[in-house]
Amino acid sequence: MKVQIDSALCQGHGRCYDLAPDLFGDDDEGFGQVLGDGSVPPAKEQEARLAAANCPERAVRLTDDSTTRES
Amino acid sequence: MTVDDRFARDFREPRDDQPLGTRNEIITGPVADWATDFSHLEPEWAADPYPIQDDLRQRCPIAHTDRFGGGWLPTRYEDVAAIAYDTEHFSSRAIIMSNFRPPHELAPIGGSPPISSDPPFHHDARKLLLPAFTKTAVSKQEAATRAFCHSLINAFDGQDIVDAARDYAQHIPMRVIADMLGFPPEDGPQFRQFVENTLEGVNLPPDERIARMTALFDYLLAQVHDHLDRPREDLTTYLINAELYGQKLQPSHVVGTMALLLIAGIDTTWSAIGASLWHLAQTPADRSRLIAEPALLPTAMEEFLRAFAPVTMARLVKDDTTWHGADMKADDWILLSFPAANRDPAQFDRAGEVVIDREVNRHAAFGLGIHRCVGSHLARMELRVALEVWLERIPEFSLADPADVEWSAGQIRGPRALPLRIG
Repeated sequence: MKVQIDSALCQGHGRCYDLAPDLFGDDDEGFGQVLGDGSVPPAKEQEARLAAANCPERAVRLTDDSTTRES
Repeated sequence: MTVDDRFARDFREPRDDQPLGTRNEIITGPVADWATDFSHLEPEWAADPYPIQDDLRQRCPIAHTDRFGGGWLPTRYEDVAAIAYDTEHFSSRAIIMSNFRPPHELAPIGGSPPISSDPPFHHDARKLLLPAFTKTAVSKQEAATRAFCHSLINAFDGQDIVDAARDYAQHIPMRVIADMLGFPPEDGPQFRQFVENTLEGVNLPPDERIARMTALFDYLLAQVHDHLDRPREDLTTYLINAELYGQKLQPSHVVGTMALLLIAGIDTTWSAIGASLWHLAQTPADRSRLIAEPALLPTAMEEFLRAFAPVTMARLVKDDTTWHGADMKADDWILLSFPAANRDPAQFDRAGEVVIDREVNRHAAFGLGIHRCVGSHLARMELRVALEVWLERIPEFSLADPADVEWSAGQIRGPRALPLRIG
């Protein structure tokens, strides 16, 4: 699993870096940033799902090997 | 070095070329039918708006009123979100639904940028503020906020009944924003008047309303002059020195933004803290669970923000349009109810219940789109610390008398009187 942020949608609510601080951080203006290359270790998959499911702007996306899905 | 003389002359002095806004008749009194005559300023709405919103969502999801010169009230999440995202058809030139519409020439800046601003100016004015309000930046206020919360509780000193709205919740955001703006902490009581005048004085006679707003701007100008004489590390000095497009900000921009930060920073968070304590005071199961599982508080807090979202915004329709079946006219108000959106069963399971371990909670308490509350990280820090300290110090509390709880009327809703029996 990988995480992505659609920066055209992100408004800096910060739910992703609140809920999954190992996967997301913030920039100098509070917009969400994917840490590293966005790869999600298996132990962090639940955090990644929570971050995507709680983003008010639906800017966090999860992808796996074959499909891209928006949650 | 040149002297900064932007504030030497009062920028509010009327000029002949200044356009006027429009006023309409003030209509108050009981609402006949909420679908055709709604008013968020009536006591029934202040006391409990949720049944009204639930009913409207079922039978008339975009309600109308002739009050305030005409306006609309969407109650479905999808409609509230769509309007928040649609800056092409809906302007933020005014964001408090009242009986006065500021002149069109005020757009795209508005009276209190960036909340009153439209694209493209909005983006640049907002960018100036964002760095001061990131999660990292506001975390620097946390230790002082925690110490202040403890000092408020220390002052309860043996009383059996305390007013959690008046003696606790309101003081926390007042102190935090005063510190950030560099205003004297003892000025708090004046801030409360400014807040009430701006947000709850909407149906006062125009002359009275103007006189009250003048007092706020007089206060802010005095603070600007004090900061010009003695610059310091705070948001006021920052705004005085800030530049946009290679020039320092217009004086009306500096003072308008200070007004925004002061007003929007206070009663919103005050309301969120108060509403959360109101819920916990009458829900012992949630209270004891949070004391047993403090790590659940951030999740519970999001649920309090969803269920008791304090903030409703407003927009003005730009041009005549038929929008989702509603025949909207230019300059009609939109009352953009994030609280109603947050209780839409189409968006949330068990929308009318408070579920403190709700894991998926895509609520809109801080707005959606480009106007996302710039202070949301600050508000969350204050709410979390205020609840942590309260639950640690006062694990047992209940409503002293439910009939004594009073809620504010208008676009910011929260308890203004909340007598609690403690201990």
